[in-house]
Amino acid sequence: MARRENPEINAGSMADIAFLLLIFFLVTTTMNVDSGISKKLSEKPPPDYVPPIIKEKNIFEVNINRNNELLVEGDRMEIKELKEAAKKFIDNGGGIGKPGEDGTPGKQCDYCQGERSDTSSDHPNKAIISVQSDRGTEYGTYIQVQNELLRAYTELRNRLSKQRYGMSFDELEEAFKDAKKSADLKDRVEELRKKVEDIKIAYPQIISDAEPTS
Amino acid sequence: MAKFGKKKKGLPAVNTAALPDIVFMLLFFFMVTTTMRETDLRIENPRLPSATEIKKLEDKSLVSTIYVGKSKDPNRDGVGYNKIQLNDKIASADQVPAFIFSKRDKLAEAMHPFMTTSIKADKESNVGTMTDIRLKLRDVNALKISYSTQKGSGN
Repeated sequence: MARRENPEINAGSMADIAFLLLIFFLVTTTMNVDSGISKKLSEKPPPDYVPPIIKEKNIFEVNINRNNELLVEGDRMEIKELKEAAKKFIDNGGGIGKPGEDGTPGKQCDYCQGERSDTSSDHPNKAIISVQSDRGTEYGTYIQVQNELLRAYTELRNRLSKQRYGMSFDELEEAFKDAKKSADLKDRVEELRKKVEDIKIAYPQIISDAEPTS
Repeated sequence: MAKFGKKKKGLPAVNTAALPDIVFMLLFFFMVTTTMRETDLRIENPRLPSATEIKKLEDKSLVSTIYVGKSKDPNRDGVGYNKIQLNDKIASADQVPAFIFSKRDKLAEAMHPFMTTSIKADKESNVGTMTDIRLKLRDVNALKISYSTQKGSGN
């Protein structure tokens, strides 16, 4: 009688099966982290709300028409010029800023490097960017415009942050986030929070979306 | 001596016994990290606009997503890039509040202010649709929104 041994199971094709599964999951995996331009909507105004009167010079008007063309402060403009124009407007510093919440009078913008012209914004915290688009405007263009405006703010914040704290605002925020996460940096959190707040107050992002024309 | 003198010629075969282990390890990694899309897209995968000033969305469970784009089935839903998809149906902007409320029901009251609405819209959709959605979101006090974009280069 032939010698009977437990026959070994051939595991050679196991790798093939595993590969097949692997490839399936590789293909179906979406690793993308959701990211985007974040915005905070303003709250719904009460019915008897009277909008405050804002000086014309403190408003930077951006119009996008249904052919995706830009009209900035009454002049036609290309999207790539928008950032510089917005920076110039925000950083003008021609007058005094908003009075503080505790009643301190408004100060002149001592960190602005703009032209201090009388016909442009008084102070970064008074400068309002108003984006008016048409209902038919393409969303892509709208996002591009928002992005350029945000870039203008980012560059100004970075500049100020470099000046005051020796690192760009992006790095500052990054450091703040890291400090919040790790335990041994606890004592730095407050300090960094103050710095971040300080820059944010110096250049607040005031971008408003006007009702679109139809 | 003859026993030792008999050297085999040629390369010995590489031992592949550990290969399945490696592959399984990879497999498990991908199985764990995979998140299956929980909703079927009724619209064509939106071509997101690209931007540079983007922020990551931190907590997935606090995000509700609204898709805007072109319908996959134009015979039923009509043409154009302004179809709004909520959950897995094509809907209109009027249904946005109900959608937000249903998302809120799943979360504790205290988390509601941190909820974010992510709008994944196609480049070619219109701002008017966005405004309609935005107004509805404002009505129900869902104020944090994020326009989903790709990470773009400088210009």
